[in-house]
Amino acid sequence: MAKDKGLKELLKQPRITRREFVQYAMAAGVTASAATAAFDSALAATPKKGGHFRQALTGGGTSDVLDPAQTLDSYMINVSFGQLRNTLTEIAPSGELKGELAESWEASDDAKTWRFKLRQGVEFHNGKTMDVNDVIESLNHHRGKDTKSAAKGIVKPITDVKADGKDTVVVELDGGNADFPFLMNDYHLTICPAKDGGGMDWESGQGTGGYALDKFDPGVRTTVKRNPNYWKSDAAYFESVENLFVADVAARTSALRSDELDCIPNLDLKTVHLLKRDGNIQIFPVTGNKHNTLPMHTNVAPFDNNDVRLALKYAINREELLKKVIKGQGEVGNDSPVGPANIYRATAEEMPQRPYDPEKAKHHLKKAGMDTLSVKYHVASTAYEGALDAAQLYAESAKAAGINIEVVREPDDGYWSNVWLKKPWSASYWGGRPTEDWIFSQIYSSGADWNETKWEHERFNKLLVEARGELDPKKRRELYVEMQRIVHNEGGAVIPLFMAYTHAARTKVGLPEKLANNWELDGHKNAERWWFNA
Amino acid sequence: MDKILKMIVQRLALGVLILIAVSLIIFFAVQLLPGDLAEAILGQNATAETVAAFRRELGLDRPAHIRYLDWLGGIMQGDFGKSLATQREISDLIGVRFANTMFLALYAAVISVPLSVTLGVLAALYRNSLYDRFVNIFTLSSISFPEFFVAYILIILFSVNLGWFPALSNVSPETPFWARVYLCALPALTLTLVVVAHMMRMTRAAIINLLASPYIEMANLKGMSRSRIIVYHALPNALAPIINVIVINLAYLIVGVVLVEVVFVYPGLGQLIVNSVANRDIPVVQACSLIFAATYVLLNLTADILSIVTNPRLLHPK
Repeated sequence: MAKDKGLKELLKQPRITRREFVQYAMAAGVTASAATAAFDSALAATPKKGGHFRQALTGGGTSDVLDPAQTLDSYMINVSFGQLRNTLTEIAPSGELKGELAESWEASDDAKTWRFKLRQGVEFHNGKTMDVNDVIESLNHHRGKDTKSAAKGIVKPITDVKADGKDTVVVELDGGNADFPFLMNDYHLTICPAKDGGGMDWESGQGTGGYALDKFDPGVRTTVKRNPNYWKSDAAYFESVENLFVADVAARTSALRSDELDCIPNLDLKTVHLLKRDGNIQIFPVTGNKHNTLPMHTNVAPFDNNDVRLALKYAINREELLKKVIKGQGEVGNDSPVGPANIYRATAEEMPQRPYDPEKAKHHLKKAGMDTLSVKYHVASTAYEGALDAAQLYAESAKAAGINIEVVREPDDGYWSNVWLKKPWSASYWGGRPTEDWIFSQIYSSGADWNETKWEHERFNKLLVEARGELDPKKRRELYVEMQRIVHNEGGAVIPLFMAYTHAARTKVGLPEKLANNWELDGHKNAERWWFNA
Repeated sequence: MDKILKMIVQRLALGVLILIAVSLIIFFAVQLLPGDLAEAILGQNATAETVAAFRRELGLDRPAHIRYLDWLGGIMQGDFGKSLATQREISDLIGVRFANTMFLALYAAVISVPLSVTLGVLAALYRNSLYDRFVNIFTLSSISFPEFFVAYILIILFSVNLGWFPALSNVSPETPFWARVYLCALPALTLTLVVVAHMMRMTRAAIINLLASPYIEMANLKGMSRSRIIVYHALPNALAPIINVIVINLAYLIVGVVLVEVVFVYPGLGQLIVNSVANRDIPVVQACSLIFAATYVLLNLTADILSIVTNPRLLHPK
């Protein structure tokens, strides 16, 4: 009891996060699920069951498949990860990690061996009970030489996955990683049933999620029905969900207004203020880690000179971009990819916001031995929403610093294969990565596949490995703040904006008090977390 | 009649050659686009290893001409092959969508063809009247707007403001016939507005053209009413050009409706081909373009046959 009381005291402290709470609780000998349940009860709402939820999704196409290894865009993420299946861990709306199919987990002291204790009695839609073998096959699906999995990079550090008894899966890594349980929430790593002869069955669409697949018509619609045996009792309220693929933003908007849809993502920013006037519609932008980057190749002149990079960072007017390009739906970036959905994001005191300052830009140009600078910036509208407008505004604001940015407009088609990573300066964006280590090791560490700035920083790379293996939150915070400073001051990417996930829904749709910000649509779990009022 | 039969056979044989040429052009045109399926699908997520694994599995690492011949061999045996992206049989993939496209085209044709012929005859009958001018201005304006614009206007009017028709033509294979008619009302209306002008103007012009001929003069002198002259004497002789224009518009209704499909989120062939080009899913692109090309060939043939039947003189070119 004394233990319990201590935990409750802890909850009353204003700034405790779920993650810290669960850590303390686990240290006190309480299981992860019990601890999260205690945390959740304080935030309980009263959702109602039933109804047919119709939503339009973007980022789909006739090439969509049910294979989680080839889940690449938001339509299939929402369907596969948000409706049909579960992962081992779940990121709660507060941003903290809790168990999903794993009830609890523990690491060895070097954070190299992770033991996941599986939730018992969880059934797939067809009634088969989920067991260790399903989990092992589901992880192995993304490993191996011939895998086509887009999650290959995530599972690369895994050297072995094996069962320990009936309810525990042991994962061995080639190096310590304190964030490993977070990686197990990746939307590719959903748990599907194992096949008899080995391998994983994704073809049937079977999963343990809140909804079972009814009809799947790629690029058109997917319908799912509520899973009556869903192991989460307080989730998946709708009777059925219909997911339409609607690429055209005007079509999405008018169908929402004429009550043919209940929810749409990715609003037209230019008309959001008009949509707000409709009394039957609620609009709720959520700023997460989605940000745009303007990566410069730091191994190519003139970008190999850090003063040039700093000059370009001071020459961009972020406030103007926020106001004019994304209509205030987001926040300004500070040349660091660590965003609002991260735990160890540097505060404004730790890392002051970089302003638009043409004088400072000139000063850095001088230091680089230049009076003026002419550079080419390659951009296409597919790079991020409003990329072309932003480029023009940037070119204007940079003129005041004696920098001439020539905006080279590239075709959307083939942009990601021919321009991005290939041209010395281009435009790009990144969706949510829940941990600092994830975004840093995928995009900023030397040798990373997507090191879009070709950046090699010895100290940064050393800190990255150190922080990854560090289990003490306080020390990790120090390490990550220092790394953010390094990227902010010496990195190769101008990071002007964090762009909100924009959505609108009919007012009859009930929303929880706190929406997750790790992905759009309540962390893509909206089908499970939302409900119909009345 | 023999001559017509001979012409049909000749034209069909020529049609097959055209289809092969089309498939060649499409195949190598898609090759010219940057990137391939592996890169297009993986997008920003592509890494050298996953792209290579993708290519190996799908046989994209073989040279282009081998892949083309392979595909051609399949087609000759009636096998459209499998979609590279989803591994689904293309015939399954296309079947439903082709039916959807045909449904919408027929729907629009059933409204627009009688409408435009009637409007055209009336316009010829009351030439230069207020009615004639109004119909001309209205139809010419609706053809001058881009079709997606017409579509948006209809959506604002009929679904957002009045709430009569849905903004999404959300049909599935299980949708019953009349529900389908209701769901597709706005796209069909959009297409009607877009094609009416052409057919209406041609009907009017063809009839007016004939009104100066001696036999019409004769009928006039005999004291026949104007409407009888136009419907019974002028129209039958004007059918050949009218049929040609109607058929061209029918072909357009089948192959040219991508924008309307996108705006109304209608699962037709147009969306499929655009999507497949973007993904470099060549077998699907090929199959769709073959269908489109075949549509043109067959409809053109139909137009010629009908013209000849209504005007046998065309069988004996000078």
